[in-house]
Amino acid sequence: MSMRIKALIIRIIRQFIHDKRSMALLIAAPLLVLSLMYLVFNGDAYQPKLGTIQVPESITQSLSAADAEVTVFESQEEAEAALKDQRIDAIIRLDGASPHIRLEGSDPAKNRAVMMLIQKAVQARAPAVDQAAAGLPAPVFEYLHGSEDMSSFDHFGPVLIGLFAFFFVFLIAGVSFLKERTSGTLERLLATPLRRWEIVAGYMVGFGIFTSLQGVLIAGYTIGVLGSMMAGSFWYVLLIMLLLSLTALSFGTFLSAFANTEFQMIQFIPLVIVPQVFFSGLFDLDGMSPWLSWLSYITPLKYGADALRNVMIRGEGWSAIASDVFVLLALTLLFMAANVLALRKHRKI
Amino acid sequence: MSKENEICIQARGVIRKFDDKTVLHDISLTVGKGEIFGLLGPSGSGKTTFVKIIAGIDEATGGRIEVLGTQMPKLAMMVRIGYMAQSDALYAELTAKENLLFFGSLFGLRGEPLKRRMGRVMELVNLTDHMKRSVSSYSGGMKRRLSLAIALLHEPEVLILDEPTVGIDPVLRKSIWDELQHLSNKGTTILVTTHVMDEADKCHRLGMVRDGHLIASGSPDELKAQTGSSTIEEAFLYYGGIRA
Repeated sequence: MSMRIKALIIRIIRQFIHDKRSMALLIAAPLLVLSLMYLVFNGDAYQPKLGTIQVPESITQSLSAADAEVTVFESQEEAEAALKDQRIDAIIRLDGASPHIRLEGSDPAKNRAVMMLIQKAVQARAPAVDQAAAGLPAPVFEYLHGSEDMSSFDHFGPVLIGLFAFFFVFLIAGVSFLKERTSGTLERLLATPLRRWEIVAGYMVGFGIFTSLQGVLIAGYTIGVLGSMMAGSFWYVLLIMLLLSLTALSFGTFLSAFANTEFQMIQFIPLVIVPQVFFSGLFDLDGMSPWLSWLSYITPLKYGADALRNVMIRGEGWSAIASDVFVLLALTLLFMAANVLALRKHRKI
Repeated sequence: MSKENEICIQARGVIRKFDDKTVLHDISLTVGKGEIFGLLGPSGSGKTTFVKIIAGIDEATGGRIEVLGTQMPKLAMMVRIGYMAQSDALYAELTAKENLLFFGSLFGLRGEPLKRRMGRVMELVNLTDHMKRSVSSYSGGMKRRLSLAIALLHEPEVLILDEPTVGIDPVLRKSIWDELQHLSNKGTTILVTTHVMDEADKCHRLGMVRDGHLIASGSPDELKAQTGSSTIEEAFLYYGGIRA
């Protein structure tokens, strides 16, 4: 490696050591956000709060047995008031023989939880003989991937660690490279024999050291401490994390060429980070119109998240992630080359 | 005052356009080896653009620039040129020593020679006691001096200084100018921009720049004699007046 690139790398390391704040943003912030996500998504299943009006004791009991918090109301008015104040999620009364359920209705997740619970309760009440009589044996469920105990956090985990690795690296690398330009040090660098590609390479390696460290910490923390589901090889996870953060690094430094202030760099977040979150697999895209879903193919985060899910949830190996790995690698090289070209604006040679 | 007639910097018909705006109009001048050449002009006159082209950072739209017989811009020439920008291009979070180590190694200096040069240039700008301090705690004048020290670090044959003495107190300014004279005596060519008229008198030769035109050049005494002025400022007004 050339002495000049080495000098640049050493300088970046020294800057990091002096700049505790950026170091904290790179290391501590993702861990903090992941811990919060864990607490939010890994909670126990929601326990619906139901109100009953003049319902037989046996039904109330089977609702409680199905894990509902049941309140017995004497009158319709009382129950309606409780529903309105969101103290209960639904009111159950009997309309003749069939149960009549009135939902609060503003949260689809709670609606689903209520309906599932009631179905479960009804099934539990209907004796198994009924099903046997109808000639339908009880179904047996088994899982290709995951398990019954899989939580939302297990599902989101791979995408989240990819997202945070990407986001924080993008921001820090972009702002640092921008500062090089606004403080005049870039011009000073260009008055030395340093080549343009050496600047880009130095940044990639210098920051790459810290982003690798970040990748190991984020992945290790999520899998080891928070206990996110991990079916495949930890080394593949690290490889994908590293490539994803290198993509973020090259992308951030390249985009900084189009910003004149730190604030303008922040303005890129809703433009380039938020859309990536939508396409990353955090939300189900099957229902999306096809003319929009092609957009997901140009977002780096999607490839990283897909590969991470394949490894962490489905336990897949190299063959399943190879194409994602190559796409990330290609994107990194593409952004690096674009950055070398963008620096031409400041010095032609 | 230069003892030799060797040419160090030669500019012929240099034009620089940014989009449609012409910033430099057909500037031609020569600077001899070991000479201190001052570019005098108000801010916005195009001085900085011109010295950046000579330093090889920017490229002329038209015309030709040669430094030490090599056409610019050329990467290999960067080692022979020392450039001090108008803004203090320093890494504020690093210490002065770390800044020096970084720029020194970019120029290929290392080990004992680098240490020796670092000590020497910091002594020159009177910052030896502040070597280990973070640059963010430096005053404006100290940053200016550290920038100068960095430009001198690799002992360049050509020194290009853009407004080097802004914010530096008169005592230190004198010592810096003494050092520039000393370097010039040893053969270093110095191109310096300034808008301080009393500094202009210290240069061997001057070029007066206004709105991207070189309006006059010559030694301070020649310029004063030609215009019948007693100060450089009067001479500048005279040349400026002709064009206006």
